[in-house]
Amino acid sequence: MPGVFHGGVMRRVGKACLVAVLCTATVALSGCNRSADKQAPGKVIAGSPPAANHAVLAAAASPADDGNWTMPGKDYGASRFSGLNQINPANVGKLALSFTFSTGTTKGFEAPPLVVNGTMYIVTPFPNILYALDLTKPGAPTKWVFKPKPLAASQGVACCDVVNRGAVYDAGKIFFNTLDGQTIAVDANSGQQVWRTQLGDIQKGETITMAPLVAGGKVLVGNSGGEMGVRGWVAALDEGSGKLAWRAYNTGPDKDVLIGSRFKPFYAMDQGKDLGVKSWPPDAWKIGGGTVWGWLSYDPETKLVYYGVGNPGPWNPDQRPGANKWTTGVFARDISNGEAVWYYQTTPHDLFDHDDINEIILADMPWHGQRRPVMFRPARAGFFYVQDRRTGQVLSAAPFGYVNAYKGVDLKTGMMMPNHDKDPKVGRVVRDICPAAPGLKDWNPSAFSPLTGLVYIPHNNLCMDFGAMEANYISGTPYVGADVKMYAGPGGNRGAFTAWDPVNQRKVWEIPEDLPVWSPALVTAGGIVFYGTMDGWFKAVDARTGKQLWRFKAGSGIIGQPISYKGPDGRQYIAFVAGVGGWSGAVVSGNLDTRDPTAALGFVNAVKDLPMKTTAGGMLYVFTLPR
Amino acid sequence: MSSRCLASLLIFGVAALTLSACDREERHSRSKPVGETVPAGESPDTIWPGGSVPAALDPRAKLYDNNAPAISQGQQLYMQMNCVGCHFHGGGGMGPPLMDDEWRYGGRIDQIAASIAEGRPNGMPAWRDKLTDDQIWKLAAYVRTMSGQPSKDAVGSRAEGMSTTTPATLAPREPAHSSDTAGQ
Repeated sequence: MPGVFHGGVMRRVGKACLVAVLCTATVALSGCNRSADKQAPGKVIAGSPPAANHAVLAAAASPADDGNWTMPGKDYGASRFSGLNQINPANVGKLALSFTFSTGTTKGFEAPPLVVNGTMYIVTPFPNILYALDLTKPGAPTKWVFKPKPLAASQGVACCDVVNRGAVYDAGKIFFNTLDGQTIAVDANSGQQVWRTQLGDIQKGETITMAPLVAGGKVLVGNSGGEMGVRGWVAALDEGSGKLAWRAYNTGPDKDVLIGSRFKPFYAMDQGKDLGVKSWPPDAWKIGGGTVWGWLSYDPETKLVYYGVGNPGPWNPDQRPGANKWTTGVFARDISNGEAVWYYQTTPHDLFDHDDINEIILADMPWHGQRRPVMFRPARAGFFYVQDRRTGQVLSAAPFGYVNAYKGVDLKTGMMMPNHDKDPKVGRVVRDICPAAPGLKDWNPSAFSPLTGLVYIPHNNLCMDFGAMEANYISGTPYVGADVKMYAGPGGNRGAFTAWDPVNQRKVWEIPEDLPVWSPALVTAGGIVFYGTMDGWFKAVDARTGKQLWRFKAGSGIIGQPISYKGPDGRQYIAFVAGVGGWSGAVVSGNLDTRDPTAALGFVNAVKDLPMKTTAGGMLYVFTLPR
Repeated sequence: MSSRCLASLLIFGVAALTLSACDREERHSRSKPVGETVPAGESPDTIWPGGSVPAALDPRAKLYDNNAPAISQGQQLYMQMNCVGCHFHGGGGMGPPLMDDEWRYGGRIDQIAASIAEGRPNGMPAWRDKLTDDQIWKLAAYVRTMSGQPSKDAVGSRAEGMSTTTPATLAPREPAHSSDTAGQ
């Protein structure tokens, strides 16, 4: 049922468009559809697409569910789709706590638990302790604990809380990164270290917060520090030895970026020699950011790895005239040698810290009568990109929330069309920029169900005032040059949970949330979507309608990745860790002062009420149905 | 030697003395060993086993506390040296807040100067090789304005930056830590 909006919604949509700064043809109606937020939670805006005409998982990247959960994204295609269906809309109301486990940490907990054949593995925020819990025994006692002892000083160069986004299991080993820039492999049975490799340097402001991707015999790791003037890279380590196989920088000359004869960017704007040097003022690329702190996906069929690149530095754009390649875009590389195959720059010369590091979901989708291998990218700048993953061609890019910082994406040239009214300039404050620096959606990944064909997007609804000023580069210190102050976007709700139809480029339903939604999503074959809120509610909603079916109040706000697994007893379990923090929750985990609106890069102003709504924590919760 | 000659020598001498007395900046030059001037060992602690007495407030604190030019220059340094990137305008971020009443390593001006110079183990960098001791004292003086410690006639009535933060003249004075004797 394409394009079905009932009359009332349409009228209110029209009003919202009048008020909104822009509503061009490319910025689809849904982008201005803020008034829909005010309706009852979970109200269906449009129907789900018919089964024959919707997107499905990329088969090679998303094999059938074996009941384990071995990597944060569930599979190489980052579906976050569990094939388990014991828990369904009819019985989810009976979900009961099975066991809990305190990780002993109180910083932002963004990592998921992993489950492999009866053992659960959890990596904590700094000091990055790795726990193994025995699921075969009552109460899941600790099997072993591995403490990597990262340098305490690394806490001082981590921009947005001392988070870790998870570990990965492969072939008998657990792989994870430490805040002070190490990648470590630990024997999954014994808890003994197999190897450790130092990749980042905190003296330069480099940390590592991302979860590695383990594929094709390689462990892929990228750095954090886009707010510290680092030079971004992604490195591949040999899975067996930990030795560096290749490292590709995201700024600088082609030879450093591993750009060679195979590199074929789809659009003219990304073609040319040494753009990683030429699109910067002299030497600015050496401290220009472009980090890889988010998610990597992998297509085993083409042996290509896909990842998004972070923001250019400093935030003050006047200090870096040019397109600032290869920041805020997406790379496809050959996993065997790192060679770049294609690249697409989402926002040339990014103005607003709109990193492009969000999850990349691999799917196959009908498009103009043909099935195309695609990738879904709900990007920070606010557009839901559908791209052909063989070439990088943008098939569609529609806003999934309120956007006024851009006028849309030109599908002919691939260019983001800026709204120059919102251009920051040194010495003046630009107001009402939407989305704010954390984007319409930040790092916390969406989930994709091949059963409904919908992508479930946890996201923000924040705008900001931005005052640019001269930034001074001193290695190991922040390199930002901006005073920022964030606040709720149109509608007043600071977050939303949106079900998106990628084929028809429209919202199917949306749940407005008072606080920014900083928790990732999980969707199951039972037809339920799970996510958490920053004040500690863990929610189960119907995947087709968004209707709330069950909720549980955790001891701390939830920003962790929920998972579903089959226990040794054959039952389906749901697990997540509650521990508020991260950029959005730093006001609680860092005990910040809410009287300063610019605190934590301006996020504190948007969540002044959070310290009264939740406290810091780090507790695992595991649920199942009663027998 | 004639008395006129003596008198002129005397005048010359007094003038030279006066001139050198005014030259306070030179005493705090970068070339001077930092350990001698910054109270590097100033302890943030409040427990003194065996009845030892905590060190008295460094006498140089008086030169910087409640000193309007020092505070103003400290504020400029706070922006230029990227202190603002971690602590923002007192609310904190990567680093802890500076406008509240909690001081992990002491809120006395000499304790703050020591924290800046020596760094602290959970992420505070050590600035003694990057800044002069005079700059460090000025920074410490500015830091104390965020929690309203100096007298209001010594602080600026508007911020240097574009932010919408409260002017320092309106910053409420936070209760001092028990080790903070500067305001007593």
